Amino acid sequence: MNQIYSRRSSLPLRLFLAVVCSAGLMFLDRYTDSSTQLRSYLSTAATPFFYVASLPQTLFSGASEQFMSQQEMLEQNARLKETLLKQNGQLQLLRFLQQENEKLRALLSSTAVVEDKLLVADVLAVYSHPFSHQVMLNKGSNDGVTEFQPIIDEQGVVGQIVSVGPTSSRALLISDNTHALSVRTERTGVRAVVEGLGQWDVLRVMYLPHSTDIREGDRLLTSGLDGRFPEGYPVARVTMISQDANQPFMVVYAEPFARLDRIRHVLLLSGRTVAPLAPMIPEAQEQP
Amino acid sequence: MRKPQGLGFIYLSLLVALLLTVMPMPQAVKLARPDWALLVLMYWTMALPQRVGVITAFFTGVIVDVLVGTVLGVNALAFSVVMFVLAQHHLKMRNFGVLQQSLVLGILLAFYQLQLFWLSHFLTGVNFRPQYLWPALTGMLVWPWLFWLLRRYRRQLKIQ
Repeated sequence: MNQIYSRRSSLPLRLFLAVVCSAGLMFLDRYTDSSTQLRSYLSTAATPFFYVASLPQTLFSGASEQFMSQQEMLEQNARLKETLLKQNGQLQLLRFLQQENEKLRALLSSTAVVEDKLLVADVLAVYSHPFSHQVMLNKGSNDGVTEFQPIIDEQGVVGQIVSVGPTSSRALLISDNTHALSVRTERTGVRAVVEGLGQWDVLRVMYLPHSTDIREGDRLLTSGLDGRFPEGYPVARVTMISQDANQPFMVVYAEPFARLDRIRHVLLLSGRTVAPLAPMIPEAQEQP
Repeated sequence: MRKPQGLGFIYLSLLVALLLTVMPMPQAVKLARPDWALLVLMYWTMALPQRVGVITAFFTGVIVDVLVGTVLGVNALAFSVVMFVLAQHHLKMRNFGVLQQSLVLGILLAFYQLQLFWLSHFLTGVNFRPQYLWPALTGMLVWPWLFWLLRRYRRQLKIQ
């Protein structure tokens, strides 16, 4: 009993210590730059934990693949071959268009852009917290992942890398409410900023004056102006527009193309550097 | 002074709770995931207040911050405050029945969610949605079973 009473008298002191320490941590993390390093150490230390936590899911999906019937496998194989054929067909045209584009750019003597390199990564863990939309990926600096690298999936932009460990990295999704990126509408070319709201299926399009030409169903593409995301990747589709004269800007919501709530595999873009123009021309001529 | 025994089990239960916190789940269920780490901490501070208290809660909170990706210190602060309230009233709480306990803990869990929201609103500017309170409700539903499970092991392993 005695022990309990002495303990209770020191409780406020302990709380005070905890509050001071947490306030210090919050300040360090939010308002100083040293936290990025700290975070990457911490998340590196936590990597094995994520492997263990995702083990049941991995085992489960592995088992369901193991017990898939041969008939299903054959069907899936046929379907995949068909899509591969279709996409290869489209790629031929793309190669041609790309060359044409490069030549035209060379004629206009504007800067050329180098093809993106892609790196496939699997999602280890999705943070469940509504206030932080982040995912853990199974590729790290050993695989050449760097900070601020953009991430896409087969539908559109997913997010960007925020911290890198040797074998894993952490990505911030476009739906996180600390995330924003610069976009352009496909139809009219109007520039805007798309901001996350902390919801999986809604983004907000910011800073559009009332006179802007924008409609529901407009596709929003990355503009490349933020210096992080390369130009031209699909981000979201406008789903709702409401005009309120009391507001300084239009209130526009959009739905991301990427299915952020069920991503399993993502692509990391890299190597988009502005190349000097001179070597581009022979290269373009070399290819038949 | 009795030699501390069973510390291993306390830490093991916290570890399992942390694993459950980050385990991948379907999106529909995810928003309603109970705050496992906080629930397990609550059990231990009610059963053994001299072992598990505000400081343990603080460190667990920091680990949760690292795992979940919130601003460092947010969960640590919310955990510590909730556990402080609970530690002050642990003798009263012990006399309640399990259902009464889960009602009171539900209020504490909602308070924890609100603290998280206030801090995040202040730090990163999130907007409130009523869905954020789901974990408090599921936590209330999970409590009786968790209580029963942990008490069984505590008595079996004679942790004091």
